Amino acid sequence: MNVFFLNIQKFKQTIKQEWNDNMKIIPISTVHHKAWFRIRTFFRRLSCNITLGILAIPVFLPVMMVMCASIKSGNELTTLLAPVVNSGAGEIQWNFFSLYPTGGHFFRLLFYTPEFFTVFWNSMKIVFLILLGQLFIGIPAAWAFAAFRFRGKNILFLLYLCLMLLPFQVTMLPSYVMLNSIHLMNTQAAVILPAVFSTFPVFLTYRSFCEIPQELLEAARMDGAGEGSIFLALGLPLGSGGILSALVLGFLDYWNMMEQPLAFLQDKTLWPLSLYLPEIDIAHAGRALAASVITLIPATFVFALGQDYLEQGIAASGIKE
Amino acid sequence: MKSYRKFRCNYRSNGNPPRSDRTHRSKIYNGRLSQSRALFLLPSLTGVSVFVLFPFGDVAKRSFQTAMTKKFCGIANYTTIFHNQAFLLAVTNTARFVVVGIPLLLVLSLLLALMIDGSPFVQGWKSVYLFPMAIPTATMVLIWKLLFSGNGLLNGLLRKRGVPPTDWLGSDASFVVLVFSYLWKNMGYTIVLWMTGLRSVSVERKEAAKVDGASRLQCFLYVVLPELTPMVFTITVLSFLNSFKVFREAYLVAGAYPQQKMYLLQHLFNNWFTNLEMDKIAAAGVCIAAVFLIGVFALQRLWDRQE
Repeated sequence: MNVFFLNIQKFKQTIKQEWNDNMKIIPISTVHHKAWFRIRTFFRRLSCNITLGILAIPVFLPVMMVMCASIKSGNELTTLLAPVVNSGAGEIQWNFFSLYPTGGHFFRLLFYTPEFFTVFWNSMKIVFLILLGQLFIGIPAAWAFAAFRFRGKNILFLLYLCLMLLPFQVTMLPSYVMLNSIHLMNTQAAVILPAVFSTFPVFLTYRSFCEIPQELLEAARMDGAGEGSIFLALGLPLGSGGILSALVLGFLDYWNMMEQPLAFLQDKTLWPLSLYLPEIDIAHAGRALAASVITLIPATFVFALGQDYLEQGIAASGIKE
Repeated sequence: MKSYRKFRCNYRSNGNPPRSDRTHRSKIYNGRLSQSRALFLLPSLTGVSVFVLFPFGDVAKRSFQTAMTKKFCGIANYTTIFHNQAFLLAVTNTARFVVVGIPLLLVLSLLLALMIDGSPFVQGWKSVYLFPMAIPTATMVLIWKLLFSGNGLLNGLLRKRGVPPTDWLGSDASFVVLVFSYLWKNMGYTIVLWMTGLRSVSVERKEAAKVDGASRLQCFLYVVLPELTPMVFTITVLSFLNSFKVFREAYLVAGAYPQQKMYLLQHLFNNWFTNLEMDKIAAAGVCIAAVFLIGVFALQRLWDRQE
């Protein structure tokens, strides 16, 4: 025990020695020695962080408000929202703390509101089928663009890029024409199919596939690997970062999808959450708030798990082609 | 500019041997897609052509036909939409939104990115500002209504300060709501984009400038900013694309027929679609696609020449 202790002391000393040596090696310009420079840097950083903190308030405040309001009791919500609902006299009095906190809204929403379940699973189904479709269709296409050379590749890729740039409002009518002619209007396939063939994930995964050295693929081909096995054994694992970032970005976008279902789905039982939520009357504010919180949960979950990939994806989308 | 050249080269040659080597044609590369390789691209290409390309051609054809009888009518549809009050209003509003919103977003997020870059909690701040991206628009509707309605929280706050309250959703101030929600949603995305740009600025050049006695502002203006210019193009294009999604907030908060200043092209398309005015959508869609693509390529050309 004693020996161990001594060793630690020695270890500490060597660390200290090394630290001092290192500090000597780092070239420090003359300004750095002055005390006021350090103080100034400290205050500059402090003020930066304080500004960032103040600006972060509007980011989180709305979420906090939803959370806090969702556990307020029905009566409290009614009195709280009265000025907004009646658009008459009185001023809104916000209180973060609820007088009678209750989980009743969640209970009622989850156990006595069957349509919420339908809509929730609609959303889940739409998002997962879209992402699955993109995995099976978009990613091989990205691989083809990244790994093969063929005639007309540049033109095709430019075409994909252009399609990526067009907003939904422009492709709405073309999609409608097609969906109508194959009688898919007012089915969930009308929302899913056009999104599956979106070219954005192709572009994102293409970027990560491009980073795989071509020599590796050539070597695999020389060794007699088929194109399919090269894709599965080399492409997928090496490009997994790009694939995951496309999935995370896709999930956040499609979970929030509004324009497509609004245009292509008339039947309200087919709607996703993002359209159902605003439909809830403000008189049932408790239910709307509880549903809001539940809608937020999967998105936050994916955000928390996939934040690195999300950032990678954003950065990759910013790289100029 | 260095980075730009590199990527451009990547795109053209894609990591393959340089052009001079391409004359060598082995079994591996014969210029055409072999069957097994074509299978990778085929499903996607088929889907894209079936759902977008061919129908888009059809729509382009329709834009020269009457809606009901499908007779050729020349550019009648185009003249109709350019004399349509609603279309002109929507175009002006969208243009105003883009002209005000995007520069504001770019400048604000650059400032924030610089601040975050200098702080010790880079990752934490990034996640904080990215979080609104994850929040579904629908969850926020009720809160936006609470904040911005006539007797809402924002007006209550203003009244306490002695500022006369405004009708945020019913007057011209609705434009402010629109821009605010756009900034709220897209700030994080743009900050991350700027951060990647800031990280690629060489540390040596910054240090050299500092040693030569440049102030922080000079260092930023003459060293960092020139290296960021290639990013401006992509960030502008991406912000422009995302600006079309502001419709979600606008539609949910204010409905299909909002206050005049808030009436965007997206509202118009949606309303035309529900009224089945296909000839107008076709003509307007073709116009917007043209403006979009020409705009992007013109910007790119402009940028190419600058370098």
